[in-house]
Amino acid sequence: MPDNAKMKAEKVDFFYGPRHALKGIDLDICENRVTAIIGPSGCGKSTFIRLLNRMNELIPNTILKGKISLDGRDIFDPSVDPVEIRRRVGMVFQKPNPFPKSIFENIAYGLKVNGVSSRKIIEERVVKSLQEAALWHEIKDRINDNALKLSGGQQQRLCIARCLAVEPEVILFDEPCASLDPVSTQKIEELILQLKKDYTIAIVTHNMQQAARVSDYTGFFLLGELIEFDRTQRIFTAPSDKRTEDYVTGRFG
Amino acid sequence: MQRHFDEELKSLNAQILKMGAMTEEAIMDSVKALKQQDKEMASKVVNSDKRIDMMELEIEERCLEMLALYQPAAIDLRFITTALKLNNELERIADLAVDVAQRVLEIVDKPLLKPLVDIPKLCVIAQNMVRQSIDAFVNRDIELARKVVLSDSEADKLKSLVQNELVNDFMAKDGSTAPRAVPLLLIARHLERICDHATNIAEDVIYMVQAKVVKHHPEKLQ
Repeated sequence: MPDNAKMKAEKVDFFYGPRHALKGIDLDICENRVTAIIGPSGCGKSTFIRLLNRMNELIPNTILKGKISLDGRDIFDPSVDPVEIRRRVGMVFQKPNPFPKSIFENIAYGLKVNGVSSRKIIEERVVKSLQEAALWHEIKDRINDNALKLSGGQQQRLCIARCLAVEPEVILFDEPCASLDPVSTQKIEELILQLKKDYTIAIVTHNMQQAARVSDYTGFFLLGELIEFDRTQRIFTAPSDKRTEDYVTGRFG
Repeated sequence: MQRHFDEELKSLNAQILKMGAMTEEAIMDSVKALKQQDKEMASKVVNSDKRIDMMELEIEERCLEMLALYQPAAIDLRFITTALKLNNELERIADLAVDVAQRVLEIVDKPLLKPLVDIPKLCVIAQNMVRQSIDAFVNRDIELARKVVLSDSEADKLKSLVQNELVNDFMAKDGSTAPRAVPLLLIARHLERICDHATNIAEDVIYMVQAKVVKHHPEKLQ
């Protein structure tokens, strides 16, 4: 693979108690590229993406084997602070989940938690994040309104802005458009294509056409295994595994 | 899982088959018209082309509709894009059969310049290549498709042979033979073009089945 791996999963196994959710996953998340993870419900794709910023360790009785690294460093090494990992590897969830606060406060929050106290820096960063998330021109006159007044699509872009504010290097999207209408979905997709110039992106999606449109690489998961990983164009025109073909052509799943 | 889409694919397959059969018939009739110097048969080929043209439009519309409505991927996508291309190739082949028939109409009232030897051979090759390329599509038969691609050079050789003979042995020696020699030369050229289109179909079939591009990459044919 010609692209540079920003994150690397090596021989990753993951268990929820006795349930073997991920089996021997080897996968690279390439720098400034969009990597899509597709597969039917329960195939382990969300489990996998949540491992990339240590979200799964909050769940009791889970076991992780293998290694996940960011810039070559094991993110599960005892010397690594999970909060630092989650700052560097941000996440946007399926349902927009803004805080019940003003638009401004939603974005300023992460900065304050990370110890930024200068009002000027916070204001600058809020504006920049909203611009990057392609939301600024829609809400610049009502930045002190409650975020819950925004439409679903705007709320999702606000969550992306909130994620960008703390200057992550990798952004994980877990079904970011699942609850959005087609126009909002298109805006998020455009945004993802913009963001990959500056960020490394991984996206879990049920929407195969979306994976085909926005990603450079696609991994197909099935029953906890990575069945096929290749350039997206290849996966959708000429996959090499029959199971991938059956899935992308809608024969099962 | 049985998909409604599979029914659509099946019916597209059937339409392509029908188009293929009509095209084959056009070639056969034009060749018959030539061999038997049959004016009526030649006119029949010219007149039947309208139906094939209409069929082409129908298939094209259908493919575009399926692409828009189902957004197919992988083998389904390759099947529909191949059908689209095949459709155009078949229509061009039918046009060339019409061209042959029109040349026949030009010479039918005059005595043949010489007994036909190589042109009938070329006819057989063209007919076989077209039939086999369609069979390869229907049966997803890569071996047959490969055979079609490889037989194209034989057609090229025969065409050159015919051309050299007509130019050197007739037209160069006696300019007055030209009105009877040029149509024959063009017929050889039309038949050779038919073989080229059959080759394109066969190459598309290989792409459809194996997702391997052999067009403009002859080394990948092995």
